[in-house]
Amino acid sequence: MSNRVFIVAALTVALVIIAASRLIPNDYVFSAAYTVLQFIILATAWNILGGYTGYVNFGSAAFFATGAYSTVFLYKALQQPPLIVMIVIGTLAAGLLGLAVGYLTLRMRGVFFAIATLALAVVLYTFVVNWDYVGGARGAYILQPRAVPFGLPRYIHLLYSAMVLMTALALIVARTIETSSLGRGLAAIRDDELAAECAGVPTLRLKLFAATVSGALMGMAGTTFPYYLSYVEPSAAFNLSYAVNSIAMPLIGGMMSWLGPVIGAVLLGSVQQVVQVTISSAWNLLIVGVLLVVFVTLAPNGIMGWVDAWRRRKR
Amino acid sequence: MANLPSEPLLAISGVTKRFGGFTALDKVDLIVRPGERLGLIGPNGSGKSTLVNCIAGTLRNEEGAIRFDGRDIGKDPPHRRTRLGLARSFQIPRPFASMSVVDNLRIPLVFAAKQHEKLATSHVTDEALHILQQVGLGDKAQAMSGRLTQVDMRKLELARAMAAKPKLLISDEAMAGLSTSEVDEILALLSGLKEQGVAVIMIEHVMRAVMKFSERIAVLVAGRKIADGDPKAVASNAEVVTAYLGQ
Repeated sequence: MSNRVFIVAALTVALVIIAASRLIPNDYVFSAAYTVLQFIILATAWNILGGYTGYVNFGSAAFFATGAYSTVFLYKALQQPPLIVMIVIGTLAAGLLGLAVGYLTLRMRGVFFAIATLALAVVLYTFVVNWDYVGGARGAYILQPRAVPFGLPRYIHLLYSAMVLMTALALIVARTIETSSLGRGLAAIRDDELAAECAGVPTLRLKLFAATVSGALMGMAGTTFPYYLSYVEPSAAFNLSYAVNSIAMPLIGGMMSWLGPVIGAVLLGSVQQVVQVTISSAWNLLIVGVLLVVFVTLAPNGIMGWVDAWRRRKR
Repeated sequence: MANLPSEPLLAISGVTKRFGGFTALDKVDLIVRPGERLGLIGPNGSGKSTLVNCIAGTLRNEEGAIRFDGRDIGKDPPHRRTRLGLARSFQIPRPFASMSVVDNLRIPLVFAAKQHEKLATSHVTDEALHILQQVGLGDKAQAMSGRLTQVDMRKLELARAMAAKPKLLISDEAMAGLSTSEVDEILALLSGLKEQGVAVIMIEHVMRAVMKFSERIAVLVAGRKIADGDPKAVASNAEVVTAYLGQ
């Protein structure tokens, strides 16, 4: 499928999903779908640096929170600007942070890079906790605007629609990268960075690009988060579950293609939603952990890798 | 043409590389002319691979200058040197293991060869398959590169270097551990590059191959160049014989 066809298809599917969901009266469905979509974006974004390029980022929460807190800041500084402004600026801010992380790859790779990104999340967390303007440790209340545009019944519908479109955008970006020569360059870096550099791949430039795009998309997923909950506090925005999930989902779905993170996110995201309602949200991370162990031992290349291997055997 | 026949393609002067207190290369001078076949020999640990790394840019020399094709490349990162036409193979094969053999070649074709040659995107695959035919991997184009045998991986190393469409190819011990017929195969391959006007630096321990291949031989011992010239003269040079036989 050419990129143009994919873009049209992704946007069409997104619009159909948005239109179809108007038929659902239950608000909980929006809320659950919103969470799953948010994880699709996070997993897809993480996979651009982690799966395509081979740099494992443990600091997803830092990027997500950058998007969320950029919205909090704008909410206060500009007296509730339109949602689109918050999305764009939050995405850019997280992209800048991604660029900075990209420079880390100059000196660090493997487990050292992973630890550095985790440290980044801790540093940013401490910074936000002590930043009174955005609420500090107390958190901040973010009131949803009363007026809902586009004739939507409630604000959650707008957030949900924005999330669907952002998901489509993230998938388009990921797939475009994957199928371009850029994606081949990233794969070469993942396989052997030195050999890639010697084959003419501008490794630093490509890594900076991947880290920036990955960070920007993760931040984008966080920009609507304050409105979604109406209340943000550091421990929610920097929650460990974002870091764990955005790694676990591509790992379970498969890291070689854009579809893997989607499958992983839909699977893990829905299981977690079901568990949250039927048992308790405290079980979520445990379930992720168990699934992760199961997949790493039984299907180390994820569901997509398993399907590929099965197809090859059948042939 | 940028080069008159007399002007060297690669000119290294006074290159020194230290690792802590250890001097791996000590003021090495070396010249390679366009299309020339140079053999670079020396005992283990004499600095051959360090020199290759300095030329390719994966190591930075502390002193000295490296000029390639009329420009100073001493501060260029490796990928830019490859794009200028300076390709290398690795002593221990480093395939892009998650890719098929033909995809391995697409990387240098797209990222290096396309930068200085007019190569249409639609021709990349044809060109990759053509090079694989040349090195005898034509029937393994779709195989996963990580599962190749050692011999095939070495061929892939050379093929990947060739795919960058270099003016100078550095082959770092491509023949170690290969059988006689396999050595001859790779020799024929490297010799064939001459017709395409590609200069080759061959680093090798297999003396039979070096003598057969080289138009000129340079000898490194303990980081210093002790001989440089006609293969027969170098092979009978007393200092070289001593260094090699350890007498």
